[in-house]
Amino acid sequence: MKNNSKAVRYNKWGYIFLIPFIVVYVVFQLGPMLTTIYNSFFENYMAGLTQVGPTFVGLKNYQKLFTDGDIWIYAKNTIVIWLMCFIPQIVLSLLLGAWFSDVQLKLRGTAFFKTVIYLPNLIMASAFAMLFFTLFSDNGPINSLLMQIGFIDTPYSFLSHAGSARGIIAFLNCLMWFGNTTILLMAGMMGIDPSLFEAAEVDGATSTQVFFQITLPLLRPILVYTLVTSLLGGLQLFDVPQILTNGTGDPVRTTMTMVMFLNRHLYNKNYGMAGALSVILFIITAILSLVVFKVTGNDKRKG
Amino acid sequence: MADSKQNSQVGKGLNVHVRRAIAYTVLILISFFCLFWFYVLFINATRSNGELQSGFTLVPSSHLWQNWVNLVNGTIPVWAGLFNSLIVSTFSAILCVYFSTMTAYAIHAYDFKLKKFIYPFILMVMMIPSQVTALGFVKLVDGMGLEDSFIPLIVPSIAAPVTFFYMKQYMESTLPLSLIEAARIDGSGEFHTFNRIVLPLMKPAVAVQMIFGFVSSWNNYFIPSLILHDDDKKTLPILIAQLRSADWLKFDMGQVYVMIAFSIFPVIIVYLILSKHIVSGVALGGVKE
Repeated sequence: MKNNSKAVRYNKWGYIFLIPFIVVYVVFQLGPMLTTIYNSFFENYMAGLTQVGPTFVGLKNYQKLFTDGDIWIYAKNTIVIWLMCFIPQIVLSLLLGAWFSDVQLKLRGTAFFKTVIYLPNLIMASAFAMLFFTLFSDNGPINSLLMQIGFIDTPYSFLSHAGSARGIIAFLNCLMWFGNTTILLMAGMMGIDPSLFEAAEVDGATSTQVFFQITLPLLRPILVYTLVTSLLGGLQLFDVPQILTNGTGDPVRTTMTMVMFLNRHLYNKNYGMAGALSVILFIITAILSLVVFKVTGNDKRKG
Repeated sequence: MADSKQNSQVGKGLNVHVRRAIAYTVLILISFFCLFWFYVLFINATRSNGELQSGFTLVPSSHLWQNWVNLVNGTIPVWAGLFNSLIVSTFSAILCVYFSTMTAYAIHAYDFKLKKFIYPFILMVMMIPSQVTALGFVKLVDGMGLEDSFIPLIVPSIAAPVTFFYMKQYMESTLPLSLIEAARIDGSGEFHTFNRIVLPLMKPAVAVQMIFGFVSSWNNYFIPSLILHDDDKKTLPILIAQLRSADWLKFDMGQVYVMIAFSIFPVIIVYLILSKHIVSGVALGGVKE
């Protein structure tokens, strides 16, 4: 009995230690979330110097968002750039992860290579984008280099063509994230029971067979986790295209992403539309998060 | 033995030597693509505007100091930017790590009724990006009169679910509850136990998360750009964005490169010193056991 009351006395400290998190979360995240949803039902923007609203308009902002059609263009841009980034990234990460964790291969200098491939992840995205903007500009070093080696005669405007502009954004994001993905996948591969690989070796399986028939299937939970978190990250794509195109999404809005669209509404103080767009992004995020939660939740019970 | 084993594999797949050669070639190529940009950045930061117009080279020039002097004496408040970034990032990192560890400790060490509800709740909100609440956040900050203040950039990092999750994972593997019991028997108060016994034991995790907290705040652009409008309050990412929207054709490109180098190289140097811990830290955060 005495012991029990003592435990209760200690356990109230669980609540006390949670106070800072709860208070800050409610004030700075939950509260703003609710105001965002609330604002999405109001017409509220600046037309020149006159303030319009706020007046309650129900779901009109959402209706406008979908009938204007712009959101579909930006959603498509976001997905195209994400795919251009994710496909090479996952292939490269699987390959490198398999090599790093392969005991037969005994690669030297893996610490060095891991350090190098993770490095771009820590670089300020806006500075990285600005660097690529200067490197790939019409009279920048890349054009000079290509002309000096005789590959092209006149400068190629990388940022005036949809393909190359999207390509640069995708490449930059791939560069920033493949090291992170590689390390996560490698950690997963090293967690696979080594006796499985030994058994495969005894049976005379080639490294390709081992990869596709043992490593990949066992890696499935981590792969799903990587896929969904990458999709979540892709949905938030902002810094790189914003800086690279100075917020215009040029050429002809082919690099304008969802969050750049949101940023534009926020910047212009069109709170109604910004709210509606935020809620839509939130719903997509919530669905994707539930997938992650389910996958990793199932995974955790095993350990 | 080893030979016959390898020979038997040649028929079915590639020889291990060939595979190793391919792996090294690809790794060196990839490393080149990771480092090339930073090398060009360094070279270009040492060249004058005139030299930069004359084409591409891999040989450094001698104008690094001149470019730096021009940048500092120019219109961009570089020192203020650096100072602001340092303040915001340092305090965010400290608050984030201290309070995330505290939150993790609350869940790890105590049994209380709402625990079953709060733990999954924190995990669920972990994935919500700051962009989707940005509108409400900006309105809140306006309402509090905290525009151009660092408080809305620093204080919210107290509630950092990702750091919390990492700390919780780390505690499960390194912090035995018997230790806390022993401290109680010795008469240590709960708060004292947390500060004097738990935190020191968490040192490796604290160090890794301090770096991540610092870097993510250092690199953050979206939210600060909506809060900070006064030139003297802007952080480095906002100044970089401003550089991009300036009429850059008339700009001294030497200065532009020095400015980018100035924002990137400090992080690279710190990373190279601590890389071993950081890379193993990333792996630890990803493995869910």
